[in-house]
Amino acid sequence: MLSLTMQAQKIYSKNGSISFFSKTSMENISASSNQALCVLDQSAGNLQFSVLIKSFVFKKALMQEHFNENYMESNQFPKASYKGQITDISKVNFSKDGNYSVATTGELTMHGVTQKINSPGTIVIKAGKISANADFSVLLADYKITVPKLAENNISKSIDIKINVALDQKM
Amino acid sequence: MYKKISFLFIFAIICSKQILAQDSTDLMNLLEKEIGPNEADQTNYTTATFKTTRLINGHSVENVGKGVMDVKISHRFGKINGGAYEFFGLDNASMRLGIDYGITRYLMVGIGRNTFEKTFDAFFKLKILRQSNGKRRMPFTISYVPTIALKTIKSQDPNRKNYLSSNLFFTHQLLIGRKFSDNTSLQLMPTFIHRNLVQLIADPNDLLSIGIGGRQKLSKRISINAEYYYQIPGYKIPGTTDCFSIGFDIETGGHVFQLHFTNSQGMSERSFIAETKGNWGKGDVLFGFNISRVFTIGKNK
Repeated sequence: MLSLTMQAQKIYSKNGSISFFSKTSMENISASSNQALCVLDQSAGNLQFSVLIKSFVFKKALMQEHFNENYMESNQFPKASYKGQITDISKVNFSKDGNYSVATTGELTMHGVTQKINSPGTIVIKAGKISANADFSVLLADYKITVPKLAENNISKSIDIKINVALDQKM
Repeated sequence: MYKKISFLFIFAIICSKQILAQDSTDLMNLLEKEIGPNEADQTNYTTATFKTTRLINGHSVENVGKGVMDVKISHRFGKINGGAYEFFGLDNASMRLGIDYGITRYLMVGIGRNTFEKTFDAFFKLKILRQSNGKRRMPFTISYVPTIALKTIKSQDPNRKNYLSSNLFFTHQLLIGRKFSDNTSLQLMPTFIHRNLVQLIADPNDLLSIGIGGRQKLSKRISINAEYYYQIPGYKIPGTTDCFSIGFDIETGGHVFQLHFTNSQGMSERSFIAETKGNWGKGDVLFGFNISRVFTIGKNK
């Protein structure tokens, strides 16, 4: 009776991997960060991410500089963050191995702008290890990220984002 | 007894309700409290103090990235007060062709050839300190640039043997720069130039000057730059004037275009810092431009 309160198991990772990809006929641009903070509340399904914009690494140093200085303005907006929920968390059996397709809904804040994001995702349990993946796209215009006319053909209006996190730490 | 049990029962329900209704913003705050890292623990190094490795004529505190090659083509035309016959100076152009390369993030090298007095120049630039805030605070970016220049134009004096060493010039510069805000950066350039051969015994072999320059961004990709080298009296070549330049930087992806007005036709340090003869007051102003194009050829970082 005294244990009516359920132990809310919160799991997290400090090294989540987030990568994004822009494809145009002129040029493909990609960058990734493996310093994303991600935390999941296993019972309530609350899911949050936070990543430093300066942690995204590009192959070309100048591209990375322009990304931070001109596009993301990371001195003013140092982080991108997501606050949301896995709506069907109850269908995930964390003690049983398998790939569970889930639905997420929440808000993504980037470049000072917050937008609602709904996306399917996958929770993978393998040999007791929990990891989460998601694959979705965002429109640059939605986050007030402006591309000058000269670079219009080099940067896609819609950017593909892939997230892969091994939630191996317990809080 | 009955009251105690019901009190405990109600208390347990209230507790459970509170935990389930916990605001999810706490998740990230809890996490960051537990594991760090918070902003105070990290050092944030300043980047992009200037748009390219040259301010106008002289160097800026910027280096090219590791494995990056920067091709530089620069022109200085003739004096605008030459009038319409000289097409306001456009008929008389001095050019520099140069290539810079980043060996590491903090060391770059470069070579170039100027048509002005047929001068070859070579330099390396070492970034000694980076401006940063956060855990480690450094208010300035400091770089050291030594340049060697070789004048290869045939000597005017047929009576004197033309030693190679007579045509060598050595410049040492310390660049002290600070990015005050996203839009404003300033730098100081104390400079020492050594000339092996001088015309008269009284002429100094060692020249001292202090440069000051900066940029103010007008938009994300355009800035206005200015640069002035003040020659210290007693350590300058008599009859020369101080170099002052003002212009715009326009950045477009992989290119930076610098368009400016200056009173020096030379583009190697010993030419524009120490041997300028033009006088802004008399209208000895020339139009010039630098084009910089960056190629990534090695591995980043």
